[in-house]
Amino acid sequence: MPVYQVPALPSEDKRWRIVNGTMRRHGYSRNALIETLHTVQSSFGYLDKDSIRFVAKSLRVPLSQAYGVVTFYHYFSMKPPGRHTCTICTGTACYIKGADKVLAQTEKHLHIKVGETTPDGNISLTTARCVGACGRAPVALMDGDLIGQIQAGQVVAQLEGWAAHE
Amino acid sequence: MNSEELQQISETVQHQHEQFDYEVNVCMGTGCLSQHSDKLKDALTKEAETSGKRYHVRRTGCMGLCAAGPLALVDPVGTRYGHLQESDAKAVIASLGQKPIESREIHLEQYFHGQRHVVLENAGRIDPEKIDEYIGRGGYAALLKALTEMDPAAVIDQIAKSGLRGRGGGGYPTGLKWGTVAKAVGSPKYVICNGDEGDPGAFMDRSVLESDPQRVIEGMAIAAYAVGASKGYMYVRAEYPLAVSRLTTSLREARRSGFLGNNICGTPFNFDIEIRLGAGAFVCGEETALIASIEGKRGTPRPRPPYPAVSGLWNCPTLINNVETFANVAPILRNGAEWFAGMGTARSKGTKVFALTGKITNTGLVEIPMGMPLREIIFSIGGGVPDGHKFKAVQTGGPSGGCLPEEHLDLNISYDALIGAGSMMGSGGMIVMDDTSCMVNVARFFVEFCMTESCGKCIPCRAGTAQMYDLLTKICNGEATHHDLELLIDLCDVVKNTSLCGLGQTAPNPVLSTLRYFRDEYLEHIDNHCCPAGVCACGTVDAKPQKHTAELAEVEV
Repeated sequence: MPVYQVPALPSEDKRWRIVNGTMRRHGYSRNALIETLHTVQSSFGYLDKDSIRFVAKSLRVPLSQAYGVVTFYHYFSMKPPGRHTCTICTGTACYIKGADKVLAQTEKHLHIKVGETTPDGNISLTTARCVGACGRAPVALMDGDLIGQIQAGQVVAQLEGWAAHE
Repeated sequence: MNSEELQQISETVQHQHEQFDYEVNVCMGTGCLSQHSDKLKDALTKEAETSGKRYHVRRTGCMGLCAAGPLALVDPVGTRYGHLQESDAKAVIASLGQKPIESREIHLEQYFHGQRHVVLENAGRIDPEKIDEYIGRGGYAALLKALTEMDPAAVIDQIAKSGLRGRGGGGYPTGLKWGTVAKAVGSPKYVICNGDEGDPGAFMDRSVLESDPQRVIEGMAIAAYAVGASKGYMYVRAEYPLAVSRLTTSLREARRSGFLGNNICGTPFNFDIEIRLGAGAFVCGEETALIASIEGKRGTPRPRPPYPAVSGLWNCPTLINNVETFANVAPILRNGAEWFAGMGTARSKGTKVFALTGKITNTGLVEIPMGMPLREIIFSIGGGVPDGHKFKAVQTGGPSGGCLPEEHLDLNISYDALIGAGSMMGSGGMIVMDDTSCMVNVARFFVEFCMTESCGKCIPCRAGTAQMYDLLTKICNGEATHHDLELLIDLCDVVKNTSLCGLGQTAPNPVLSTLRYFRDEYLEHIDNHCCPAGVCACGTVDAKPQKHTAELAEVEV
């Protein structure tokens, strides 16, 4: 029986070694697909076609399944994120406390819709289903930092700060 | 590890405690951390070098009252502080042994004394990443007892006798489930902890995992021993980075102390746990979808039977329980099934953790004995609706649950009572709404959630929720007719009865329960084209005549 050959890393980029490490830790098992995709996304920020192809080939998973998984789960993104990310929680508690208004104002300020990035690639705007900090609703994640009891003005001020430091 | 060694660790921890006159516990759960409680802790620790007092600053998990964060608890005096800032550190330390700082002290006797902590007994009391502190508070005694003094059947018997029911929402008797998996033919068997807390507005599991992860690990190990499993998976949402990192540390500590791995506590029992990250799909809270996700596939459910207890992960018998269910296991074995069965109502035993959020004064986490009236939870423990607004409804059970109006406030919380009232226990989110919320709009919000989270496998859920959303939007915009309302009710019936999994079957619940209790609001939108709460696009009662005149004017032109 021919021994399975793990494909070569796509490039010299060191981040591929981290990805490969995750797969090795799981013994290149097919069920490590989601774990590996998590590693790719946390290392590269998003999943492009090449990385999905590489992971699928390494784990011997049909490309269709890998693509299906990437597009099924909300956490995975196939678009490169902006330099900064503004995530507004739209869970129930946040919604009751007016997260929709904050979101509308943020969209208006940035002139983009949820899931888009400003044309200059500086700021991405996303929503989260619930970050579990409902006690502090409404909440936003500014570059991963959780801010509680936000007002629309606060978000806009932060966004302007990001735009200024560009 | 044997009982003497466990005792020894316990005594060492006790001895360490005795070296200090005071202990300052700082909450470092997600809520308080977002208000820089880490800086507060550093400042308190730094103060120790110069103050000359013998005290210990400890990082702890969630203390519950997120509304007043960052929180701190000074032991042994029991002073609770809220809204503490880094700059308060000096004053806090100076006040040790003297009068507490008046302006920062929390006096919420009702909030704390109405509760009964079983799952949260260590939350806010121990450092979640130190296994010794957990052992110091009686941790792992239950696992040791199970492994050395009981056979698996006796463990299952204890759990069954306690009357514990699944805390993830379904309320299936835990003892029965364990018994089925134990009897199932097939090997290996798996134990899965469902930490995919997808219900928006619920954060009990996150809080338990952040503040007392060892308790869940111990519960899983006991379950594995009872059903004969040797491998466990902890499925946690990727949106909970702090919980994941504390869990990773705790698993490492548990392995090092010999509570996971081979020959646990010197017995032939082997068990280990692996963490699997969710990837943001609400449907993965459903057990068959969760299994598909662990297998590395799209999280779509499949028809049951066969139930996972018979054919689950990789077609092997699999036990799936919620985080909170596992957290209840160790105390039951430690204190006995009778002790647990002594709390709660006839058919719902023990306590339940609820996440109180929305328009309520004391937002945060509360653990109450089953059978407590809703009114007491919301108005006594929760402190009622703030800013002089009027209570309108409380939503329980997440997107699958329902909204209960004021006349149901005397309902005693239990699985069956909530279902009888048209809602459900769910995982324990409790969202309070006041007169500024439009119930039609809220129903639309939940249906929108279910629509986007539908996995698309079965048509009633995929297409039905989308049509329901369109109809509700029409009502919200004041463009609907009575025929639309009838169609909506019909559609709810179809989606409820023909969907494949729990997501679709319960998706119409928010619509049905709001229709049951707030039908007049729907009719107001349809007949008078206005939104009584002034939320929807169709405008309020006052704004209406002007719009009408404007429309009339247009017609005349």
